[in-house]
Amino acid sequence: MVQEAAQAAYKVQSEAQTNVPASAGAVRALILTGFGINCEEEFAAAYRMAGAEPTIVHLNQVLHGQVSIHDFDTLNFPGGFSFGDDLGSGVVLANKLRYRQTGAGGRTLLDDIKQFIADGKFVLGICNGFQVLVKLGLLPNLSGDVTPEVTLTHNASGRYEDRWVTLRVNAKANTPFLKGIDTLEVPVRHGEGRLVISDAAIQQRIEEGGFNCLSYLDASGDGTDIYPFNPNGAALNCAGLTDPTGQVFGLMPHPEAFLSAYNHPDWARRRRLNPEASEEGEGLQIFKNIVEHITDTRTAAASAAEFATQN
Amino acid sequence: MSDNTPTTTHTIQLTLKPGQHDGDGQRVAEAAARHLGLATGNVRSAALYTVRYPLSETQVQDFATRCLADPVMHDVRLNELTAPAGFATYILVARRPGVTDDEGTSAQNALADLLNEPLDTHTQHIFSKRLYLLENDLPETDLRRIAEELLGNKLINWLEVGRVADGIRDYTPRPGGGAEAITEVISLTGLSDAELVQLSKENIYALNLEEMQAVRDHFAAADTRAERQAAGLPTDPTDCELEIIAQTWSEHCKHKEFSALINYKDLETGEEKQVDSLFKTYIKDATSEVDRQLRANGNDWLVKVFSDNAGAVRINADSLFVWKVETHNSPSAIDPYGGAITGILGNNRDPLATGIGGARLLFNTNVLCFGNPEYDGPLLTGQLHPRRILEGVRKGIEDGGNKSGVPTVNGAIVFDDRYAGKPLVYCGTGAVMPMQFAGKDSWEKNIDAGDRIIMAGGRVGKDGIHGATFSSIELDETAPATAVQIGSPITQKLAMDFLMLAARRGLLKCSTDNGAGGLSSSVGELAGISGGAVVELEKVPLKYPGLRPWEIFVSESQERFTLVVEPGKMADIMALGQEMEVELTDIGHFTADGFLDVRFDGTPVARLDMHFLHEGVPRKVLEAEWTRPTLVEPAIAPATNYTATLGQLLGSLNICSRESVIRQYDHEVKGRTIVKPLMGATGQAPQDAAVVRFNFESWEGVAVSNGILPRFGDLDAYHMSAGAFDEAVRQIIAVGGKLPNLSHGDNIFWSVNDNFCVPDSVYDPIGNPDGKQKLAKLVRMCEALRDATAAYCIPLTSGKDSMKNDFKADGVKISVPPTVLYSMTAKMEDVRRAITSDFKQPDDVVYLLGETHDELGGSEYYALHGELGANVPKVDFKKAKALYTLVGQANDQHLIQSCHDLSDGGLAVALAECTFGYNCGASIDLPDTGLALPAQLFSESHSRFLATVAPEDVVAFEALLGSRATRLGTVTKDVRLVVRHGGREVISADTDVLRSVWTNGPVNRLLGVVSKQNLSHSNSL
Repeated sequence: MVQEAAQAAYKVQSEAQTNVPASAGAVRALILTGFGINCEEEFAAAYRMAGAEPTIVHLNQVLHGQVSIHDFDTLNFPGGFSFGDDLGSGVVLANKLRYRQTGAGGRTLLDDIKQFIADGKFVLGICNGFQVLVKLGLLPNLSGDVTPEVTLTHNASGRYEDRWVTLRVNAKANTPFLKGIDTLEVPVRHGEGRLVISDAAIQQRIEEGGFNCLSYLDASGDGTDIYPFNPNGAALNCAGLTDPTGQVFGLMPHPEAFLSAYNHPDWARRRRLNPEASEEGEGLQIFKNIVEHITDTRTAAASAAEFATQN
Repeated sequence: MSDNTPTTTHTIQLTLKPGQHDGDGQRVAEAAARHLGLATGNVRSAALYTVRYPLSETQVQDFATRCLADPVMHDVRLNELTAPAGFATYILVARRPGVTDDEGTSAQNALADLLNEPLDTHTQHIFSKRLYLLENDLPETDLRRIAEELLGNKLINWLEVGRVADGIRDYTPRPGGGAEAITEVISLTGLSDAELVQLSKENIYALNLEEMQAVRDHFAAADTRAERQAAGLPTDPTDCELEIIAQTWSEHCKHKEFSALINYKDLETGEEKQVDSLFKTYIKDATSEVDRQLRANGNDWLVKVFSDNAGAVRINADSLFVWKVETHNSPSAIDPYGGAITGILGNNRDPLATGIGGARLLFNTNVLCFGNPEYDGPLLTGQLHPRRILEGVRKGIEDGGNKSGVPTVNGAIVFDDRYAGKPLVYCGTGAVMPMQFAGKDSWEKNIDAGDRIIMAGGRVGKDGIHGATFSSIELDETAPATAVQIGSPITQKLAMDFLMLAARRGLLKCSTDNGAGGLSSSVGELAGISGGAVVELEKVPLKYPGLRPWEIFVSESQERFTLVVEPGKMADIMALGQEMEVELTDIGHFTADGFLDVRFDGTPVARLDMHFLHEGVPRKVLEAEWTRPTLVEPAIAPATNYTATLGQLLGSLNICSRESVIRQYDHEVKGRTIVKPLMGATGQAPQDAAVVRFNFESWEGVAVSNGILPRFGDLDAYHMSAGAFDEAVRQIIAVGGKLPNLSHGDNIFWSVNDNFCVPDSVYDPIGNPDGKQKLAKLVRMCEALRDATAAYCIPLTSGKDSMKNDFKADGVKISVPPTVLYSMTAKMEDVRRAITSDFKQPDDVVYLLGETHDELGGSEYYALHGELGANVPKVDFKKAKALYTLVGQANDQHLIQSCHDLSDGGLAVALAECTFGYNCGASIDLPDTGLALPAQLFSESHSRFLATVAPEDVVAFEALLGSRATRLGTVTKDVRLVVRHGGREVISADTDVLRSVWTNGPVNRLLGVVSKQNLSHSNSL
């Protein structure tokens, strides 16, 4: 039966509004939408396929206090063109999170996000969502005080492009999102994905910490600054960043656009070569990883608690 | 003009920090050198924001540094317009009053967040601009050329240029004047025929004499006079009433020529006949007959045809597929970017506002027809260079689709010098709608008296008033940008998100979009359902003051929907609008009294009898004469080797790769695109049709294709139209689709939109002496359409005609060739069974499916030799249907590994393209069929495929296809394409060189993306 995805989105939205408690044990993912965000449906599908319970929520529901991010395990910023991206990608949304007062005493959503991260929870931004995290200073956040340290700007080619790239996970990367992944094929779809690091000391600290967790590869599997393999001319050939805790992760390419093997441009030939191959897309692993990590952590915590009460 | 109110006006300038790459500046310098031959020296770009809002200096400083500037990239300057040393001249690009300024709106959003105070974002307080500083001291005329030809459009932009030393002049629009609640009465009584025609011309009503007489007679009639007197209206019509009639009766809205009585003469056979409406005879009746056959066979998926904003067919028990294709040609000729972006956003609103409204958009398509972008001759007054039109339209589609989050999955670009006056810009949108919203059938439009009329989305300005004739209007500062509309994808995205939720919550009774004719058309059409409406125009929110009531009513300002809401649901829907930041305004209610009643502050502005408004237009009678053109087949000396010819074809304008265009469209947002425009390991194998799945829960999906073959129309418009229809059908068959209605209740929907774009086809002895011949071509195109729908049992569900695609200037007329686009969609039961065009594996056997004839007429091969020829390709529908049915059966048995339809450039080009997916080649032996070699290689005979079959499936495949499959050879590991004929090599080339020639063709070269990877190869053959 065809279930209309938008209808499903509405369903979860209503649930969020009425504060229906989460199914016992399910990992709960909050996916923001509204104001030009446009990849929320596939983002939700990714979490659903990974066994989590995604909830798509309009940004205003969070800003107006109808939904609390603290009821969720992961906070997700999808791709799109938030507020049209007219002042530079992600700028207006980042600005809103930083300055718009959501509660008494001048509290902002950024204050809540800081608390969310301090609670050991996870934040994921893809494409425009990554741009928001960078413009906000949540990535790479070397200083810990959430001020912008690097930026993402217009591609070296000067144009928006949709093309598939290959990424390698930095062996030094320390984030559960990328656990066990070596390389990954994904589409990029952006005009402002060039990472610019203007401060050599910041670059050094990023490299030392392995926070440049993903790099663009050329045909022979080496990191590259050559177009189109590196589609935007990013510093360090970098496609994604984590913060020092590994809880905040953002990337320009779209793993949520590769949930099915049939999303890949060469799927037909690949399935001919290997008819028994999985029908899952490579991008799904990132979502499975984080869901599994949260579930495992919980189980471990629960066993520890059980152990503690028994003794 | 400078601002003298420093307390409330501030200017913020952002410049790039030293060492940051200025891509924008560099592009301007390169484009000036390349396209205008002007040496600018270094160009530096800067963003300017003029803030007209009371802020303290500290607040401005905070706003600039925290919200607008990127700390890594930008330096900030406040309230000074100066240039650093080394820059002699400048160009400032601002917007004219009322022109959409999304950047300014975003900045206002940011300011409101920073200040934490409500700031009405619907009123413009911040104006964004670009400043370019040029190193060289260019004269003002050269600066103007750069400004007008590369940076802005003087219809929408205010452009200041000059020497830095003389001071940089700023410009901020200052829309002035109070509200103009003036309604004038226009007397028609006693006007002579000549005066009526003159009045129509002066006021841009675009009504002919018969129509003006009908209007005059209506108002002179005794019962009209009595009614008007009783209602307190003047005897003569108001300006608003004539505008409403002009909009409603316009060719655009009423399709008068497609509904006309046509006297058709075939001068070749002497046959004469009368066509009682092209639309009724060839489109509506043909579809009714298809529907009858479908239903007789248990296929009742045709739900809504021709009666709403878009056609709707049933996917399954739960959902509908909604499909609409429109054109936006005239606006794109004048402002390519604005024309295209409003085209795609406007077309999106059709499926969004079909039935109740709130469908979920699934994909966009676009088919574009341009003049030669490498044209280097003189231009007519007002004519834009084809390159500029191409670049602007492409950018408009990029922003319109990408920023709305709708993937652009399929399209085509056709080049012909006759599109150099008016380009054709076809925008298509597919959407999915649940069968029911809150218990109501989603596709129905029900309205009762008492329901409220709500305007949702953007505000109203003078945009697009009298859109059709804007090229003749000189714009100045006091007349805001009435001519051109710029779409705002973000405004529409918000409205779209709102509409989807409002429909699902049962708050919407129904909706429609505000497109051509604005409120006049949208309310006028909806009022036809309930039987009348009362509109209170003073409630309509405006972008700026100074509009007269009639202007408010006919304005085509974008991103607006008209919603129908039951009074009891008003509170809920208004609350939802506020939550989602979509402006909703209650502007009146529906009635059942038979009148469209428009008021301003209680004063009557218009009161029109609905029956007269919708049925009163006199019918046109038109003349058509068919004469067969005199055509001859050329004598082209045969060659012994056609490798070089293949290379020339692959690098030709109509065949070469469109990758640079395709990659700037997001073709996979939403994660549902299965067959994209370019596929394979290389990402460079062109595909025949797109395949998109509907959701993540099932594998059901839709195949999408486009058929358009204007070249063949010069030979025979009937066969051109039939061929275009067949092309779209066979593209869907190639990707694994199946014809409809082959078995009882198979439920494979097809939904087709027809879009005719023709030159003026109304005969006029002076203005249009060959009008009868042009109309005859249109009749023949329609006849072919009827025959094709009947043959394949494929229904039309919606469509559009654009009848005046001529560009006149300096005594010259450039007319488009008669063009028809068939945009097809068909259900795919399982998208995993889709077939892509590229070869998959060495040793797979290559087959040609279908018959090749001596049909080089209108081919790309003849075009290469500057010839047209005579032998137009003809579709044999019966044979084609039999072949397509068998291909479907072969796919059921998993027998086909790759399939590519044969079109431009024939077999030779298809063979080359099939090798572009990964490093492989093919070894081909052409059979001795008696057909000359050039015809075998390059004929564009219809209904053919190039397919490959795994060696183990050859026996089963040949048994199934029989004589319809001709075995040509095999796919090879050796990366060469070798074609032999009679034991002799006639084509032999490295396939990566062929791909390089194709990839580095004129389109990618022009748009500046040339694959470096491929440049390392030698491109010589």
